[in-house]
Amino acid sequence: MNKEVIILGEVRNGKIHSVTYELLAWGKELSEKLKTKLSALILGHNIRNLEEIIYYGADKVYYLEHPRLNIFNPEVYAEALVPFIKEVEPDILLAGATTLGRTIMPYLAGRLKAGLTADCTSLDIEEETGLLLQTRPAIGGNVLATIKTPNSKPQMATVRPKGKKPLEKDTRRFGEIKVIKPNINLNSRIERLNFKSREEEISLVDAEVVISGGKGLKDPRNISLIFEISKLIESSAVGASRAIVDMGWVGYPHQVGLSGKTVNPKVYIAVGISGAVQHLAGMMNSESIIAINKDPEAPIFQVSDLGIIGDALEILPVLKKKLEERKNDV
Amino acid sequence: MNIYVLVKQVPATDKVKIDETTGTMKREEVEAVINPLDLYAIETSLQIKEMCSDKVDITAISMGPPKAEEVLKEAISMGCDRGILLSDRAFAGADTWATSYTIATLIKKMEPFSLIITGERATDGETGQVGPSLAGQLDLPIVTYTSRIVEVDRDYIILERETEEGTEMVRMKLPGVISVTKAIGEPRLPTLKGKIRARDTKIEIFDLERLGLVKEEVGLSGSLTRVVKVFYPKISRAGKKIRVKSPEEGAIAIMEFLQERGIL
Ligand SMILES: Cc1cc2nc3c(=O)[nH]c(=O)nc-3n(C[C@H](O)[C@H](O)[C@H](O)COP(=O)(O)OP(=O)(O)OC[C@H]3O[C@@H](n4cnc5c(N)ncnc54)[C@H](O)[C@@H]3O)c2cc1C
Ligand SMILES: Nc1ncnc2c1ncn2[C@@H]1O[C@H](COP(=O)(O)O)[C@@H](O)[C@H]1O
Repeated sequence: MNKEVIILGEVRNGKIHSVTYELLAWGKELSEKLKTKLSALILGHNIRNLEEIIYYGADKVYYLEHPRLNIFNPEVYAEALVPFIKEVEPDILLAGATTLGRTIMPYLAGRLKAGLTADCTSLDIEEETGLLLQTRPAIGGNVLATIKTPNSKPQMATVRPKGKKPLEKDTRRFGEIKVIKPNINLNSRIERLNFKSREEEISLVDAEVVISGGKGLKDPRNISLIFEISKLIESSAVGASRAIVDMGWVGYPHQVGLSGKTVNPKVYIAVGISGAVQHLAGMMNSESIIAINKDPEAPIFQVSDLGIIGDALEILPVLKKKLEERKNDV
Repeated sequence: MNIYVLVKQVPATDKVKIDETTGTMKREEVEAVINPLDLYAIETSLQIKEMCSDKVDITAISMGPPKAEEVLKEAISMGCDRGILLSDRAFAGADTWATSYTIATLIKKMEPFSLIITGERATDGETGQVGPSLAGQLDLPIVTYTSRIVEVDRDYIILERETEEGTEMVRMKLPGVISVTKAIGEPRLPTLKGKIRARDTKIEIFDLERLGLVKEEVGLSGSLTRVVKVFYPKISRAGKKIRVKSPEEGAIAIMEFLQERGIL
């Protein structure tokens, strides 16, 4: 029997974060292929609703509970996690490619001498060997590389948030919740002095509709059209190609793509975006895609469900007017 | 105080051309540049130098082929004091673990230091793993996604870092490792004086033997991950394409699409 597949869950503001449920969906496919257990690791203090994690697919939850695990500190996390990993010896350890996952995973890998693959877009099990096959974009998204970790354990990988939908919640599932009280004696060299949370807009990664602008908008002033249209569509947010972020038309938090955010809304609307592979890497998994582009050969049309060949600068104002009229009618 | 800044030479990926017929990268056309995000690491070290009352000595470190000397010269022309290149055929093909291990070996041989600064990630590998892995191997504290240096003293540094949730201000005891993002501020340009100094400064080279390592521990053979396949993503979602005769027609098509999906 193989050792278990473990996912590293995330807690933000005392609540289990949705990336945890996405990771369970990733982990489930692997644990089923390996005919092994899927477990989740949660670090924190006074965390409730751990059974939710079971409902979303875990067979077991390891809850490492300690007041000092309340906020993320790589040193303190490592002090709890290194002995845990050495004892449980998971076959596979997955985390989100979030600021937490991208920090703690390489830190642990450095400590444990374990191989780690960043930012995977697909995971599979090699039939003959049972090894984890980790696929990720390379060379700026121009190619995909499949990577194996044959000689070290655990096989570690981070996966992009929003790369997979959580499984259906099933409240009839049951599993074990094991509370572990780790020894944390470390005199940490890192201390949080204060924290300012960001003002809440609809976050790009959670929006149902993402409307993104590219260089085809021609002028930085036209990006405001995109914002105005977004205001008229409920649960929508504004994205951007790197080209216009680099030119300073909008801030980096709006960038969608390989070096920006990954989104999978119900509808993604790409306006004046050519569809470079690096941009596609961030939006290809959207449920449906609309593209507006003047150039009938633009690669964005290869991934769109509705491709509109036309001038965005003429179409957007009309769209805005129609949305306003609709709002007034209701 | 000694600061080590890690800089990598990468292919200028936005210029990578794929051969349409064979589907392979046209390597000969690719020029090598300093990893753009490492310019921010250099900038950070220079900001710290200006903030400190103590004397600050900045060493830029790179691992790569002999040609990677260029990026160290660039670092010096911006204001770094010296450069060290880790270069040996045996280092080729290193993954992030092996890269960090090789750099960690060098650092253990060097003078005591206060800070190691890395870029957020390299634009070729795009992992951002080297900084945290190095910290893990050297048992140092690490602060990632640093966006601002608030205060530096002999034995601590106060900085801000950005997470999904907001901005965190942290204090880290030195020595430690930080990785920095673009938010740190526009990297300064090389000066003429700097360029002259870069030309006159000899880059120190460490090879396998000088590091006291053996082949099996470094490069491809020391790597824990193995690339087993490289392929080209096939993307296609044969949707409907319409050439609109009027802006009106385009707007209506979008409205209908949104309505069908229950958005409007
Ligand atoms: C390592 C690396 C990482 C990268 N990461 C990202 C990333 O995260 N996100 C990202 O987006 N890019 C990324 N890029 C850059 C990417 O390769 C492209 O350069 C970028 O996406 C292009 O942006 P664009 O589509 O807005 O501009 P362009 O490619 O210039 O496309 C503009 C499009 O607008 C159309 N157009 C012009 N006028 C009009 C009009 N009036 N109406 C309608 N259409 C019009 C044109 O036909 C054209 O197709 C990355 C590149 C590298 C090398
Ligand atoms: N070969 C290398 N030589 C020097 N620094 C490196 C090297 N590889 C990575 N780094 C540093 O580590 C950071 C993250 O790189 P990566 O993990 O490859 O994305 C880079 O921004 C550099 O500062």
